[in-house]
Amino acid sequence: MKLVKSRLFWPAMALVTLLVVNIVVNPNFARITMRDGQLYGAMVDILRQSAPLMLVALGMTLVIATRGIDLSVGAIMAVSGAVALTIIDGSGDPDNVGTVAIAIGVAVLVSLVLGVWNGFLVSVLGIQPIIATLVLMLAGRGVALLITGGFITTVNSDPLSYIASGYLTLLPFAFFISVAVIAVIALLERRTALGMLTEAVGINPEASRLAGVRSRGIVWGAYIASGVLAGVAGIIYASNIKAADANAAGYLIELYAILAVVLGGTSLMGGKFSIAGTVIGVLTVQTLDSTILFFGVPSAQSPVFFAVVVIIVVLVQSPRVHAWGRKVGAMFRSSKETPRDGTPPGGATATSAPVATKPEHKEVSA
Amino acid sequence: MTADTEVPPIVSMRGTTIEFPGVKALDGVDFTLRPGEVHSLMGENGAGKSTLIKALTGVYQIDSGTITVGGRTQTFDSTADAQAAGISTVYQEVNLCTNLSVGENVMLGHEPRRTFGIDWSGAHKEAARHLGSLGLDLDTHSPLSSHSIAIQQLVAIARAMVLDAKVLILDEPTSSLDRGEVEQLFDVIRSLRDKGVAILFVSHFLDQVYEISDRLTVLRNGKLVGEHLVGDLPREALVTEMIGRELDELAALSTVADRTINRAAHPVLRAEGVGKKGIVEPADLDVFEGEVVGIAGLLGSGRTELVRLLYGADKADSGTIAVRGKKAKIHQPRHAIDSRIAFSSENRRSEGVVADLTVAENMILGVQARRGWLHRVSKAEQDAIVSEYMTALGVRPADPNVPIGNLSGGNQQKVLIARWLAMQPELLILDEPTRGIDVGAKADIQRKVAELSAQGLSVVFISSELEEVLRISQRVNVMRDRRKVGELDSHDVDLDGLIDYIANAEADAPAAAQKGA
Amino acid sequence: MTAQTLEAPKTSSPGAIKQFAARHASVLPTLAAIVILVIVLIGAQVEFGNFLTARNMSALLLDNAYLMVLAVGMTFVIVTGGIDLSVGSVMAFTGILGSSMLASGTPVWIVIPAMLGGGAAIGTLIGVLVQYFNVQPFIASLAGLFLGRGLAYVVSLSSVRVENEGILWLQTTRFYLGDWYITPTGIIALLVVAIGAITMAWTRFGRTVYAIGGSEQSARLMGLSVARTKVAVYVISGLCGGLAGLLLTAYSGAGYPRNGIGTELDVIACVVIGGTLLTGGRGYVLGSMIGVFVFGTIKTIISFMGAEQSWTHIIVGALLLLFIVVQRAIVARSDRNT
Repeated sequence: MKLVKSRLFWPAMALVTLLVVNIVVNPNFARITMRDGQLYGAMVDILRQSAPLMLVALGMTLVIATRGIDLSVGAIMAVSGAVALTIIDGSGDPDNVGTVAIAIGVAVLVSLVLGVWNGFLVSVLGIQPIIATLVLMLAGRGVALLITGGFITTVNSDPLSYIASGYLTLLPFAFFISVAVIAVIALLERRTALGMLTEAVGINPEASRLAGVRSRGIVWGAYIASGVLAGVAGIIYASNIKAADANAAGYLIELYAILAVVLGGTSLMGGKFSIAGTVIGVLTVQTLDSTILFFGVPSAQSPVFFAVVVIIVVLVQSPRVHAWGRKVGAMFRSSKETPRDGTPPGGATATSAPVATKPEHKEVSA
Repeated sequence: MTADTEVPPIVSMRGTTIEFPGVKALDGVDFTLRPGEVHSLMGENGAGKSTLIKALTGVYQIDSGTITVGGRTQTFDSTADAQAAGISTVYQEVNLCTNLSVGENVMLGHEPRRTFGIDWSGAHKEAARHLGSLGLDLDTHSPLSSHSIAIQQLVAIARAMVLDAKVLILDEPTSSLDRGEVEQLFDVIRSLRDKGVAILFVSHFLDQVYEISDRLTVLRNGKLVGEHLVGDLPREALVTEMIGRELDELAALSTVADRTINRAAHPVLRAEGVGKKGIVEPADLDVFEGEVVGIAGLLGSGRTELVRLLYGADKADSGTIAVRGKKAKIHQPRHAIDSRIAFSSENRRSEGVVADLTVAENMILGVQARRGWLHRVSKAEQDAIVSEYMTALGVRPADPNVPIGNLSGGNQQKVLIARWLAMQPELLILDEPTRGIDVGAKADIQRKVAELSAQGLSVVFISSELEEVLRISQRVNVMRDRRKVGELDSHDVDLDGLIDYIANAEADAPAAAQKGA
Repeated sequence: MTAQTLEAPKTSSPGAIKQFAARHASVLPTLAAIVILVIVLIGAQVEFGNFLTARNMSALLLDNAYLMVLAVGMTFVIVTGGIDLSVGSVMAFTGILGSSMLASGTPVWIVIPAMLGGGAAIGTLIGVLVQYFNVQPFIASLAGLFLGRGLAYVVSLSSVRVENEGILWLQTTRFYLGDWYITPTGIIALLVVAIGAITMAWTRFGRTVYAIGGSEQSARLMGLSVARTKVAVYVISGLCGGLAGLLLTAYSGAGYPRNGIGTELDVIACVVIGGTLLTGGRGYVLGSMIGVFVFGTIKTIISFMGAEQSWTHIIVGALLLLFIVVQRAIVARSDRNT
C-alpha cells in the first residue's frame, strides 16, 4: 500500500508495462548480447539514445520546479552543436582529442551564456517564462544556421563520435554521461539545500519571500543549468549523426522533455520535483518511441501516440476528472462524507483548498 | 428615509446553509432585504459575510434553505442567473475589465445592436446616460485603467443600472477610497435607495456603516446573531455582537499582562511615522525587550498593513525604523530578518505554509534561507530544531515528515511559529496567529507567547479577539480607519473600555495621529 | 456634503493628441508596427532602388496569405490570454489531407469542408481541454501540435501533388490592376482579416474575447459567456489552420506533411509584433496583418540581399524581444494607474 502511494509508483508502472508489452510481443526486445566485451540490444540502445533527452529533461525539471518553462532548449542544442562542429571542422586535425575538448568547452560556454540570458529575462525583467524563452527558441536556430553557414556541417572525428557511439567497458559512453549528470544534479539538489529552496519558491513564492529566500538567484540558476545541459545534449546529438544540423537538432525536444517531466510526476504548476521521476519519464518516452517503431509504425507518425499520451496525462491530472472520480467513489461507498483528495497517478499535486473546490463546478458550468 | 418593515421584502433567505468540507460557512442563516433600504452586513473575518453574498450572486450554490427574490424562489447556477433576477454586485477589487473603455465596461454584454454588429455610438450614449444619472461626467471612450478605483466603482454601479438591478450589493466598496470619494459614493447610494433599489452594504468602517445604513444584520461564525434598525443598536453593542465573548480556559493567563517591562533601555524596535500613502497613515510604535505589544482594531483598520511595513513585506514611503537604537533600513523581508525581526502573516495559506513541503522542511525554511543554499541545515540540526519545537508547541500529529498541507490550521500555525522561533528572533510579529484554529491550539499558542516574552522575546500581537489581545499584551495600540488612534495600558482598561475605545475614540485625538498629520 | 466636482478628463481639454493617446493607448504598439513597416520598406527601397514595386508588394500578400490567415486565428486566442502552438501542424495535416483526398478522386466540394472541419476538430479538442479540464493552453495546444503533425504523416509520408484545377485556380488566377495583382488566395486572406477584425470590434462575442483577456474572473462575474467564448477561440484558430492548409496547398501545388514546422512561432511573432499583448486583453486583427507584412518584408529583403534566410528568424526574434519588453513597460504603467 505504501508502495502504491509513492509518487514514483505510477510512472514506474507505466514504464514497466511498456517494457513488458514489448517483451511479450517480441521477446528479442529483452535480448542483450555481448560482443567484444560490449553489450548490445534494444534496451541498451534505449539507454544510449535517451542521453540527449535525459539531459534536457533534467534541466527542464529544475526550471519547471520554479514554476517556469524553457522552450529554447532545442535551439540551444542546435547552437551548441553548430559551434562545436564548426570549430572541429575549421581545425586542421579533427581527430585530435584536445581540439575536440576545446570545441566542446566553447560550445558549452556559449550554451551557458544563453541560459544566463533566459534567466535574466525571467528573474530580473520578470517576463513570463514561456514568452521569454520563446525569443531564443525563435532566434536560436537562426544563429545556429548562421554559424554553419546554412549547411549541414559534417565532421569525421573519432573523439567526437565516441561521445555518442563509443563504449566505456560494457556500456555506451553516452549512458555514462547521463548517469554522471543525474548524479551531479541529485547531489546538488539533495545534498545541499538547493532542492528544497527551489521547491519552496515554486510552491509558494510569496511565503518564500517572507521567509527570506533569495528566489532570484534560484530561478536564474535553473535556467542556466537548463542551458548548459541543453548544450551538452546538443553535442551528443551532433556526435551521433556526425553533423551539425541546425534544423533537425533538438527539433521538438522541448516538448518531449516537458512530457517526460510530467510523466515523471512533476507538476507543471511548479514545486515538488523528482529527479528519479524524470529519469523514469525519459526512459518511458524513449521506450515508447522505440515501441512505436517496433510495431512497424513509421517514426514520423509517432507524434500521434505522444499526443494521446499527453492528453491522458493531463486528463488524469485535471481537477474535473478528480471530481468525477470522487463522485464515482462516493457512489460506491454510498456515504455522504466527502472523500479526501486521492493521490492522482503521476503524483500531481492536487490542491486541497476546500474553498477552491466549491466554486470549481460553478465556474465551469458558467 | 427609514425602511418600513411593512414593505414586502425583495430578498428573503431562509435557513441558508453552505458547507465546505469540514466547515459550515453559513449555518441556517435568515436574511431579509427590503426595497429602498441600505442594509449593512456585519461580522468579523470568517463570519460568513462573503459566503452569504456569494450565495446571493450565484457564485456558490446553497446546500439547504431557500432564496426568494421578488416573491419567487430562485436557484442560481451562475452570476448570469443572479443578474437576470436583478441582483448586481460591486466588489472591493472592482470586477471590471481595465483594458476596455469606461463606456464598454458599463455596457458589456448589453450593447445596443444594429443589423451589422454593435452600435458603438449608441452604446456610448447609453453608457453616458447611466453614468450621468449617477452624477458622473466621464469620457466614455477613455480606458477604465486611467481612472481611480473610486471612479471604477461608480462605473461598476452604472453597469448595475444597465442591468436594471433591484438589488445592489456593495462588498467593501470604500476600503480603497479617500474621504471625498466615500462621500461621492454615498450620494450615489442614497439616490439609488430613494429610487427604491435595495442596497446590501458591507464595510469594516463603523463610521461609514452608521452613516449610510438603515438596518444591520450581524453574523458570527456562520450564524445569524441579530438584525437591528441602525438606531436601535449602539456601537458598543454592535462590536460585542460581532466579536462575541467566549470565556475559555485562558483566564489563567491574565497575570501575563501584569509583568513590568523595563522601558528605560533602547526599545528593540522603534518606528516613527512609518506609513504608506493610501494604505496606512504614518504611525509610531515602540516595542521593548520582553514586551508584548498588542494591536487592536477591526479588520481593515490598518493593523496588518502597518506591521507589513515594519517587516519590509511592503515598502513604507515615510518614517524611520530603529532597532535597539540603531537606524535600520528595512525594504525587504531579508533586511528585517537580518535585524532579527520575524513576521508570521495572517494569511497562513498564501503567505505562510509551503503546502507540499513537509513539516520539518517548513520549520527550517527560514533558517535555511538565511544560511543560503550551499550550507544545508544538517540532518542532526534539523532533527534538533524539529524535536525541540514539535514538543514545545505541541504540534500534532508529531510526525515531521508529513506534508504541512495535511495538518489542521492550528497545527500549521504552530509550525510557522516554530519556523520563526528557530531563527532566534528578538522581535516576533504575529498577525492573527489564532484565527480560525481550535481552542486547544489557541491556548497552546497564547501560552507559548507568554512564556517566550517572559524569557525576553519581544512580540507584536495582532488579533481580532480583543480579550486575547488584552490578556496577553502589556500595551495595546488601537487602530481604526487605517490610522493609529491611541495607545492603552492594558492595566487601565477592560474589555468594555477597549470596545468603547475602538468604536468611539476620536480619530484625531491621541499622540501618534498628530505627528502623522 | 454636497456632490463634488467629479473627475472629468473631457473638461480639462488636454489637446487632441493627448486625448487620442489617452483613449487609444492600446493602439500604440500597432502604430509602432506600422512605423517599423514603413521604415523597413523605405529603407529597402533606398538600399535596392527597385524594392517598392507593384510586383513585389503584390507578391508580399501572395507569399504570406497562409500566414495571415493563421495570424487572425492566433489573435483571437492570444487576446483571451491563451496560446495555440498547434497551428503549423494543423495546417500541414489539413493540407496533406486535402491533397490526398483530391488524389483519390474526392470532389472538391467535399474536400474543402473536410479540411476546414479537420482543423476545427483539433481546435475544439484544445478548447475543451483548456476550458473544461483546466489544462494550460500551452500544454493543450502542444497535444494538438503532436496530433496534427502525426496525423499528417498518417495521411501520407511524402508529398502529394495536387492536380485539381479548382484548387490551383486559387493560386494561378491573377486579377490585375495596372501592375498590381491579387490572387484568389490573397482575396481569401484579406477577407479573413476583414471578418476577423469586424468580429473582434463589432460583435458581443468579440468584446467578450477582450473582456476575458482583461480579466477572466471579471468577465464571468459580469455574466458573460466565458466558457463558450474560450472554446470558440480555439475552434476559430483551428478553422484558420484548416483554411491556411488550403491556401498553402494551392500555393505550393502539393500537400506535404513537413509543411509548417516552426510556423507557430512565426505566427506568434507576427501577432506580437502587430501589437497584441501576449498576456491578453489587447490587440487587433489588423495589427496582426501588419505584423505579417513586417515579417514578410524582412524575409523578402533578406532574399534580396542574398543573405542567409536564417537572418529572418534572428531579426524577428530581436523584434519580438523588443516588443515584449515594450509591452511589459506598458503593462507596468497601466498597473500603476489602477
